[in-house]
Amino acid sequence: MSNHAWLLLGLYLVILLALVRPVGSYMADVMEGRGFAVRLGGRFESLLYRLSGIRQDEEMSWLKYALAILFFNVLGVIAVYALQRLQIWLPLNPQAMAAVTPDSSFNTGISFATNTNWQGYSGESTMSYLTQMLGLAVQNFFSAATGIVVVIALIRGFARHTAKTIGNAWVDLTRITLYVLLPISFVYAIFLVSQGAIQNFDAYKDVTTIEVTKYDNPKNGPDGQPLKDEKGNPVTEPAETQMQTLPMGPVASQEAIKMLGTNGGGFFNANSAHPYENPTPLSNFVQMLSIFLIPGALCLTFGKMVGDRRQGWAVLAAMTLMFAVMAFTAMHYEAQGNPVLSQFGIDPSAGNMEGKETRFGIADSGLFATITTLASCGAVNGMHDSFMPMGGFVPLWNMMLGEVVFGGVGSGLYGMLVFAVMAVFIAGLMIGRTPEYIGKKIEAYDMKMVSIAILVTPILVLALTAVAVMSADGIAGVANPGAHGFSEILYAFTSAANNNGSAFAGLSANTPFYNVMTAIGMWFGRFGVIVPVLALAGALAAKKRITASAGTMPTHGPLFVVLLIGTVVLVGALNYVPALALGPVIEHLTLFAH
Amino acid sequence: MKDIIRPGITLFILLSIVTGIAYPLLTTAVVKPIFGDKAGGSILMDKEGKAVGSALIGQNFTDPKHFWGRPSATSPQPNNGTASGGSNLGPLNPALVDAVKGRVEALKAADPDNKLPIPADLVTASGSGLDPHISPAAALYQVQRVARARGLDPKAVEDLVAQHTEGRQLGLFGEPRVNVLTLNLALDGQAK
Repeated sequence: MSNHAWLLLGLYLVILLALVRPVGSYMADVMEGRGFAVRLGGRFESLLYRLSGIRQDEEMSWLKYALAILFFNVLGVIAVYALQRLQIWLPLNPQAMAAVTPDSSFNTGISFATNTNWQGYSGESTMSYLTQMLGLAVQNFFSAATGIVVVIALIRGFARHTAKTIGNAWVDLTRITLYVLLPISFVYAIFLVSQGAIQNFDAYKDVTTIEVTKYDNPKNGPDGQPLKDEKGNPVTEPAETQMQTLPMGPVASQEAIKMLGTNGGGFFNANSAHPYENPTPLSNFVQMLSIFLIPGALCLTFGKMVGDRRQGWAVLAAMTLMFAVMAFTAMHYEAQGNPVLSQFGIDPSAGNMEGKETRFGIADSGLFATITTLASCGAVNGMHDSFMPMGGFVPLWNMMLGEVVFGGVGSGLYGMLVFAVMAVFIAGLMIGRTPEYIGKKIEAYDMKMVSIAILVTPILVLALTAVAVMSADGIAGVANPGAHGFSEILYAFTSAANNNGSAFAGLSANTPFYNVMTAIGMWFGRFGVIVPVLALAGALAAKKRITASAGTMPTHGPLFVVLLIGTVVLVGALNYVPALALGPVIEHLTLFAH
Repeated sequence: MKDIIRPGITLFILLSIVTGIAYPLLTTAVVKPIFGDKAGGSILMDKEGKAVGSALIGQNFTDPKHFWGRPSATSPQPNNGTASGGSNLGPLNPALVDAVKGRVEALKAADPDNKLPIPADLVTASGSGLDPHISPAAALYQVQRVARARGLDPKAVEDLVAQHTEGRQLGLFGEPRVNVLTLNLALDGQAK
C-alpha cells in the first residue's frame, strides 16, 4: 500500500471518530425529544401530527410499531411504482421519459423502499426529474429513517424494563427525518454543488464537441429491436457525430441523502463515478465520511441511551477493526495492477485502472469500495466488476458479513446488536451461565428471534443464487466468462438480500427474471430481519433489569470485542465459503496461470 | 389496523412534500446565486460564446494533434453523455485483453518511436465513461506526438501540460491529473 493510501486511511479514521460522538449524542437527544432542534421545530412537528391525527404521547407495542413501519414502507413501494408508470403524463419531465416497464418499476419500488437501491435501470435515460426527487429521493429519506427508528426501538428494549411499549413509530420517523437527515443533507448538498455537482431543472444540454466522433451505430429492425446477423452479432452501420448531450437534473440534493442514508442509488448510471455526482477528490472523501457517519454515530447513541457509553464504544471498536483490515486488503490488491495486461508494456505501478476514475485513482477507489459495501450503501465510484479477483472479493465478503460492520443506517447497528446477543449466548454456553446483555437475561424466545434475523439473509442469498444458476434466464444475464460469471450472479443476490445495492454491473439484471428474483431477496432480506428485531425489542423491554454480578461477562472490554468479531466472521464465513470458492477464489488462482 | 392507515397515509404525503419538493427546490434556489455556473454543469464556451463541452465531462479525441483522454466504454459512441458507465469487463476477460491490445496498438501507430512505459489509465476504460482527466504520466507520454503533429517545440507543449496539471486536492485527496478538454482548448487557442 502506498504512503498516500496509508495517509488516506488514517485521516479517514481520525475524522470519522471525531465526528461520531457529537452526532451520536445529538441523535440520542432528538430521539428522546430533547434538545434545541426539537424545541426549534416543535411547532411544525405538532402541526404534522395534528394534520395526520397522530397522538404524540401514544406508545406502541412492538407489534403495532412493526405494522406501522411495514405500512409506511408499502406506501413507499406503491408511490415509487406509480410515479414511474405515470411519469410521461406528469410534470418535470423535459426529456419526455416514457413510462417504465411494470417489472422494472416493481423492482425499483422495492429496491428504494428497502434501502437497497439496486438499480436495474440507467437513471439518465429512464427517470424523469419528478420520479427522481419525489419518488426515489423521498424513499432515500424514508428508508433511512426506517432503519434508524428500528434500532432506536431495539435500544429502548434494552434501556426500558418491565415495559409493554417501545415508542411511537410515527413520531420517531418524523423526528429523525426533520432533525437529522434533512438539515445535514441540505448543508451537504450545497457543499457538493460547490465542488461541481449539478442542481437544476434544465433540459439536457447539447454541446458541439471539438472533434467529430466516428462510431458504429447498431441498426434496429422494423420492430425496434436490434438486428443480429446469422452469428448473433449486432448489425451496425458507420455513423458520426459532433454533438454531446449533457444530462442535467436536481442531482446534488439527491446525492446528499443517497450517501448520508446509506442508500446508494445514483441519479446517473455511473453513480458516484459520474463527474456530475462526485466531481472532485474532496467530494469523494466527504461522500466516504457521510456513509459511515450515522452508522458509526448510532453506536454512541446506543451507549448514551442505555446509560453506559462504554457499551457503544465496544461495538464501534469491533466495527472499526474489521473495517481497517478490509480496507487494507482492497487497496493492496487493486494497487498491484493486472498482470495479464503487463505483456503489452503497460506500466503496472498505476494499479488496476479499468473501471476507475483518474481523479480518484487506486487508493480513493479501493477505500470507497470497502466503505460502500461494509455499510449497506452500494454507491460506487469505480466498477467493482472490473476489480482484480481479490479486490472484488472484498466487496462481496463485506456484504456477506451481513452489513453489520457499520452497515446501513440503523440496520447496521441492529444487525450488530443481534450478533452481540449471539456472542454472549455462545459465551454463556462455554462457561455454563445464563447469558446477559445490557442488564437483560437472554432467554429461549430471544434466541429464536436472533436466529431468524441471522439466518434469513444467507438462506435468501444461497437459494436465489442456486435457482439463478440452474435456470436459462439466470445464465442469460451473465456478461463475463468463467468463474467471474458465477461471481456476478452471487454478487447480485448477496447485494439484494443484504440491501446493499452495488453490483458486478456487467450482469444484465433489467429482465423480468432478475427484477422479480432480486425484489424477493430485497424485501425479505429487509423485513425478514426488521420484524424479528422488533419482536426482540418488545421481549427485552418487558424483562426485569438485572444488576451485574461477579458472574456477568463484561461486554465493554477487549475480550468482548474479540468475541463479537469472531462471531460475525465465523457466521459469515461458514455460510458462504463454498460459494466463494466457486467465484473469486477460483478466479484468483487462475491469475497464476498467466 | 384502522388507527395506522390514516396517520400513515397523511404523514407519508406530508413528509413527501417536505423532503421531495420543498428540499430540492430550496437547495436549487440557494445554490443558484452562489454556484450558478457549477449547478448548471460547468459549461465551457469558446471565443464566440458557443458551448463546446463541460469542464467535468470528457470528450472523445483521436486526432494526433490533440491529447487523447481515457478510453470510454459507453455505447453506441464513446463519451456518450446520456449513457454513463464502465466496461464491466472482468480482469481475466479475453475481451478486456483484446480491447487493451487494440488501444496499445493505436498509441504505437500514432507515435512509433515512443519508448516510454504506457500509462495504465491511457489504455483502460474509466468508470463513468466520461472521465475528463488523464494522469500527468499519460499526458507526458503524448507530448512528443502532439508537438510533432503541430510543428511545436516539445518543451512548449510540456509547459502547457504542466500549467494544466492539478495536484492532489488540498495536498491530500485523490491523484494528480490533467484535464484533457481544457488542455486541448488551450492548444487550439480556443480557451476563453
